[in-house]
Amino acid sequence: MLTLRCQALSKSFGPIKALCDVTLDFPHSGITAIIGSNGAGKTTLINVLSGFLKADAGCCFVNGKDTTHFPPYRLVALGLARTFQDLRLIPSVSALENVMLACSRQSSEKIGPALLRLRLRRDEMRNRENAFRWLRFVGLEMAALNLASELSYGQQKLLVLASCLATEARIVLLDEPVTGIHPEMVFRLSELLRILAGQGRMIVFVEHDIASVRSLADHLIVMDSGRVVAQGQSEEVLKRPEVMEAYLG
Amino acid sequence: MIYLAHIVVMVAIYVVLAASLDLLVGQTGILSLAHAAFYGIGAYAVAVLTLRLGASFLTAFLAAMIVSAALSVLLSLPSLRLREDYFVMATLGFQLIASNVLGNWIDLTRGPLGIAGVPGPRILGWVVTSQWGFVALTLLVAGSAWTVAACISASPFGRVLRAIREDELVAEALGKDTIGSKIKVVAISAMLAAAAGGLYAYYVTYIDPSAFTITESILVLAMVIIGGAGSRLGSILGALLLVVTPELLRFFGFPDSIAANTRQFLFGSVLVLVIMIRPKGLVGRYGFGR
Repeated sequence: MLTLRCQALSKSFGPIKALCDVTLDFPHSGITAIIGSNGAGKTTLINVLSGFLKADAGCCFVNGKDTTHFPPYRLVALGLARTFQDLRLIPSVSALENVMLACSRQSSEKIGPALLRLRLRRDEMRNRENAFRWLRFVGLEMAALNLASELSYGQQKLLVLASCLATEARIVLLDEPVTGIHPEMVFRLSELLRILAGQGRMIVFVEHDIASVRSLADHLIVMDSGRVVAQGQSEEVLKRPEVMEAYLG
Repeated sequence: MIYLAHIVVMVAIYVVLAASLDLLVGQTGILSLAHAAFYGIGAYAVAVLTLRLGASFLTAFLAAMIVSAALSVLLSLPSLRLREDYFVMATLGFQLIASNVLGNWIDLTRGPLGIAGVPGPRILGWVVTSQWGFVALTLLVAGSAWTVAACISASPFGRVLRAIREDELVAEALGKDTIGSKIKVVAISAMLAAAAGGLYAYYVTYIDPSAFTITESILVLAMVIIGGAGSRLGSILGALLLVVTPELLRFFGFPDSIAANTRQFLFGSVLVLVIMIRPKGLVGRYGFGR
């Protein structure tokens, strides 16, 4: 069973307290949304959970393992991957190569096999097939050979998701996955996230678009000034007056 | 013909240096100013091991590469965790320290006097002493070094290096051990530079610290940038251009004292022109200051 837990996490940037004593036990399945106003600490939480930021205090656990001091690559190896708010991909190479880069267990990423070209062809064939599988999943198969920079913003969001999934992550943290994209693309991405959750992946996303949150999230975590102010079933949390006041206005 | 053979040997040695530095600059996007230090470490390791311990070619050559790789790890471990600019400063510091050590550790390096009389390498009973023998040997090593660089570039490991060059955060988010990859590529680059140093020591039979200063590091960097960073052909073109062009000055009747300064002026001018007109170099894929 997938588990993601943090305990008494705190993180400050100078005088600003981005996370204050955050303790969370993420739901094992389904889609969880983290909402809150700007500066609430949502992205900081994702950064700490994914190993990109070191917490000042507190611990993180992935599948029961203490991952507090794990660098991002070790977390990915454990099955936790994330995307970024600002689109992060390699624009100068094709969509296919972006996803191939992400494919896990590439033996020729080690020096010896790379130099001796051991299993290189077989590995590359497997990577290619794997990358195509994920590009097909997000609907970018036809654009596989296009440069990533040539794709539309929405397609780039899909490409980032495909790359994230190619790491074989079972816990997927998404930072604003639907912000700024066409409603049609929002619908498509939402469908994909539902399929992924249905396959048993843990999906956690940070989002400002409350309509997407309502339609997608099974569980909700509300943050304000670095603290968790509410959590629970999505519909139930959204009805709470303090949430309405703090976030929905 | 002897003169021509000398040019070929020097081009081959610089191809090894440029191809190995391109692994850092062109493939990984890391600037290093310490390449001449590893070149020098290789040359001195071969000279000392051969003259003092009577080591064979293969032993001295491999030991030089291992020593260079080990020292590169000492440089990389603390500095590659820092931002790119700090790594450049660390390599500059390493280069200056290496120059000082080579110039002042009298017991080992004989300081400014240098080490003379490095015997020709013996390979499978064949002692390389002739100019054409060195042409064959250096071309073989240059071909091997270039192939190593090409294999790395074409492999998934090369793909990780290019991802680090483009956006290190992306590589990290996709589960790549970016610091480990950088440490490995710096070590491979240092090993190849040491191989070039070993060849140089065998070829010229006399080495002194003046051949391995920061100027030499900048010269190799200029070869990579002018030839085209990130391109397999670039290291060959860069080495060819910057070794052969100064030699052409001799045919214009410049006295040696003026030719040396003219050479520096030429390198500087070509470098500035290339960066202004063709930032990706002659055949490069990766431009600076994008």
